[in-house]
Amino acid sequence: MKTRIPILKLKDCLIVSIQWELDDQTAISFQEDLLEKLHTTSARGVVIDLTPIDFIDSFIAKVLGDVINMSGLMGAKVVITGIQPAVAITLIELGIRLENVSTALDLENGLEKLERELEG
Amino acid sequence: MKIESVDIITEWDIVAARQLGRNEAKKVGFGTVDQARITTAISELARNVYLYAGKGNIAIKEVTEGNLRGLLVIASDEGPGITDVRKAMEDGYTTSGGLGAGLPGVKRLMDGFKIETVVGEGTKISATKWLR
Repeated sequence: MKTRIPILKLKDCLIVSIQWELDDQTAISFQEDLLEKLHTTSARGVVIDLTPIDFIDSFIAKVLGDVINMSGLMGAKVVITGIQPAVAITLIELGIRLENVSTALDLENGLEKLERELEG
Repeated sequence: MKIESVDIITEWDIVAARQLGRNEAKKVGFGTVDQARITTAISELARNVYLYAGKGNIAIKEVTEGNLRGLLVIASDEGPGITDVRKAMEDGYTTSGGLGAGLPGVKRLMDGFKIETVVGEGTKISATKWLR
C-alpha cells in the first residue's frame, strides 16, 4: 500500500494537510514530492498543517525537520501549523527540538505568518 | 489478562505496533496525552528492534499493581544486544546515525523502564505507563 499526500498550490504558496498517520515510506515520498513541487511551481512558501495528527515519533520529526531545511536550501520558507497539545508534549519529552522552525496555531494563522515573512 | 503482540519484521509492522498500542491505551482508559506518549514510545521501541535487530516482537499487556492499573510494553529481539547500556541511556547517543530518539526519550515518556540485554543474544525492554 502506498499513499501520497496531496500538495495544493495557492498563489505562490504550497499547502499540505497531513490527514492520517504517516508511515515511513509515505513520509519519505512526501519529502521528495514536496521538493519536486517546489521546483516545478517556483512556490516561495509552504504551510504544512498537522491538525489531525495525534502523535509524531522521532522518525517523522526527522523527516519534517529535514524537509524544512531542504526547502530552505531551495529558497522556500516553511510554516508548520496545528500541532496538538499531546504532540507538543510528547515531542519535548522525547527530547526532540524542532529548532528554528516557524510554527502557527492553525492554517489561517500559518498563511498570514508566511505572507508576512515573504513580504518582510 | 490477554497479551496482544505484533511481530516486527518490516517497516509496516512499526505502524501496526503503534496502532495496537493506541487501541490498548484507549481501552485501559488513558487520556489523549498519555495515549500519545504510549504510541510514541512503542513506535521508538519498534523502530529500534527493526533497525538494530532486524526483527523482533512488541507485546502489550494490561497490568495491575495494588490500586494501580497500567499498560506494559515489552520489546524483545534476538539481535546483537546493547554493548554499553549506560551509553545507550545517554541523551543524543546513537549508533544508527540519528534515526530514533533513543532510549532516554522512551524512558521519559513512560513511568517504568527496564532493559535486559545480553551481547550476542538479544535485548528485552519493558516499559510501563500507569493510569493516574
